[in-house]
Amino acid sequence: MKRIGVFVCHCGINIAGTVDVKRVVEALKGYPGVEHVEDYIYLCSEPGQGLVRDAIKRKQLGAVVVAACSPSLHEVTFRGVTKDAGLNPYQCEIANIREQCSWVHQEDKGFATKKATRIVKSMVEVVRLDKDLEPIRVPVTRRAVVIGGGIAGIQTALDIADAGHEVLLVEKNPSIGGRMIQLSETFPTLDCSQCILTPKMVAVSRHPKIEVLTYHEVVGISGFVGNFKVELLKKPRYVKEGTCNLCNKCVEVCPVVVPSEFDVGLAWRKAIYLPFPQAVPSVYTLDEKSCLGLDPIRCGKCAEVCEPKAIEFDMRPEVFDVEAGAVVVATGFDLYPMSKLGEYGGERYEDVISSLEFERILSASGPTKGQVRRPSDGKVPREVVFIQCAGSRDPENHKPYCSKICCMYTAKHAMLYKHRVHDGTAYVFYIDVRTPGKDFEEFYQRTVEEDRVNYVRGKVSKVFKQGDKIVVWGVDTLSGKKVEVKADLVVLALPMVPAAGAEDLFKKLRLSTNEHGFVQEAHPKLRPVEHPNSGFYLAGVAQGPKDIPETVAQASGAAAKVDALFSSAELLREPTIAEVVEELCDGCAFCIDPCPVQAITLVEYTWDGEVKKRVKVNEALCVGCGVCMATCPKKGIAVRNFTADRFLSMVEAMLED
Amino acid sequence: MEGEFIPRIISFCCNWCTSAAADGAGTARMQYPTNVHIIRVMCSGMVHPSFVIEALLRGSDGVLVCGCHIGECHYRDGNVKAEARAEAITLMLDDLGIERDRFRLEWISAAESAKFGKFVKDMTDKIMALGPSPYRKSG
Repeated sequence: MKRIGVFVCHCGINIAGTVDVKRVVEALKGYPGVEHVEDYIYLCSEPGQGLVRDAIKRKQLGAVVVAACSPSLHEVTFRGVTKDAGLNPYQCEIANIREQCSWVHQEDKGFATKKATRIVKSMVEVVRLDKDLEPIRVPVTRRAVVIGGGIAGIQTALDIADAGHEVLLVEKNPSIGGRMIQLSETFPTLDCSQCILTPKMVAVSRHPKIEVLTYHEVVGISGFVGNFKVELLKKPRYVKEGTCNLCNKCVEVCPVVVPSEFDVGLAWRKAIYLPFPQAVPSVYTLDEKSCLGLDPIRCGKCAEVCEPKAIEFDMRPEVFDVEAGAVVVATGFDLYPMSKLGEYGGERYEDVISSLEFERILSASGPTKGQVRRPSDGKVPREVVFIQCAGSRDPENHKPYCSKICCMYTAKHAMLYKHRVHDGTAYVFYIDVRTPGKDFEEFYQRTVEEDRVNYVRGKVSKVFKQGDKIVVWGVDTLSGKKVEVKADLVVLALPMVPAAGAEDLFKKLRLSTNEHGFVQEAHPKLRPVEHPNSGFYLAGVAQGPKDIPETVAQASGAAAKVDALFSSAELLREPTIAEVVEELCDGCAFCIDPCPVQAITLVEYTWDGEVKKRVKVNEALCVGCGVCMATCPKKGIAVRNFTADRFLSMVEAMLED
Repeated sequence: MEGEFIPRIISFCCNWCTSAAADGAGTARMQYPTNVHIIRVMCSGMVHPSFVIEALLRGSDGVLVCGCHIGECHYRDGNVKAEARAEAITLMLDDLGIERDRFRLEWISAAESAKFGKFVKDMTDKIMALGPSPYRKSG
């Protein structure tokens, strides 16, 4: 019989403050198979680990249960310790008595102790049955798919490629550049966003290890870390890259005019267009939704004037697979829709605009060439109101979270406005001004002191139109006085929300998100660039609101993680996959269809002159979900160490008194 | 155990969503009844109907199976299979004379710690109202 050791962690007072650890230890002494029980203040510490290692050797233990925090934190640690002591690492199980006991039952110490004892006993039952397992070695495809061609995706792609690995950079829009290419100048240094981004866009497009796939979308995925098959959709651009010589004649003759996405609707573009002059790749795209009909009978003017014959109306969407070892999610953000901010005149008044629209107005490449003019009549606004937290930090009506960058870009907006309209007046309505970041506070102070921007602490109560003015009512909560500004232009600092389509994409990739749709990280503090699902990495605002330097840092972090994965030609996979119990499987084949990865096949063999049937598991394909075992009527297949006996013995232990 | 009836509930929780939600409930120090025991499974689709039935026959007052929302299964559609099995489980409960309310299948994502806490509280109240399982051994 296996000699089992039980180690109970106090975790300081995290466990011991609620669970009476000594009583748990007493209860386990003499429990069948348990040869050694010990408690310690911090088992994860070096002396704590040493204590487990020593006991395994000294008492010749065959398996251990560590009663501590969630297995998601220290299962790896203690399996390592077990291995160091000469045991198979799968002879170690974690009893989660912190997250799932002491922390959630702080008001009931007696019952919490009782429950902790039951949890530990249930894991003793598990470890009693655990078999030695060896990790499965699988080859790694050293190619990364990076989804999203904004600054996050660009930086990730460059870093992975510079380490010598292949990258496919997938962007759903006609050009890479993302949100950053739309910005004017960036805080707190005021360098021009395009000027610092376009060299990187060019670098990505020229890098021998990077393939830029614009106007492509990820539509599906299968496989696992190191061995994904990513399904891509190539949307028809109707213009041949490489053949188009950018003569612009097609644009001149195109009769269809639609709002420009790049200029957030403040300018127009044709149905065939280049999103912006520095677009990468430098090729026109015919937007099929706006085009009159994609055939020469209905229009076809663009094809007529195209000298190099680059326009092809019969391009069709193409779906194809690529193999990849890692996937980086860098899908970025959109702004919360203006239409939801009716209380601030969002979408009701032309001169109430979003912060991104104001970026375009400030941008030298924008619709007004950087001159501050308001959309309704093109006049230079003399009084401008900036409303911060227009939808952020508003749990009752909009988004409860802080979008993090708005305090700084609003200060920048107000400053740039003052630089361009010297006699103008800027007001900023705010809840608090948050400036944690290098040189951020100094930048904000400059806005207030040197550029004389009026900061009003308080929420806006009403925004309405009076003649050609937008009247803003608010209360200055510092003086307690009512404030009224007859403004020419109102700018709303809207919340950042996950990019349109991200929800759908994350579902396809089976990536969990938080309640606001931002993709989840493996650990909020210690593993911020990885998703809990192995092989998926995160960069940029897809994970949560952040500014450009943070995005770039996270992108490089994600790239470093991918490089580490690619540093070896093979990786070790969890061996907890399905295994056929040969004497019980009779080849009924119920398990074949439900398998999500088609890892099970039926085999025929001859035994004693008789033809028999049995299923077989493909180890390379099986993901260990256990759908097969739940389908099997005779316990003929089970995930290793996750057998029916394991679960029933756990149930028994949990129902004991 | 004397006095008030405290139901014993077994909750099979998917590794990728509800187990993480339960850990999250701990991190946030949400308090919920001590009578709920969590068994981590790799997928709600791993839970054989016999696990549920056996747990009830061995004296559990209620059994919960918690998985990822439909469309979010880590393994594509294990939860869809769990849903189909839940119907079969309900019919088996009828045969065994066990109230249907002693079993529940629920989708709780990794982000829904609060939902997990509320769910187990509600289920505890519900099963308390039903009283002990007819198969309960003692107490």
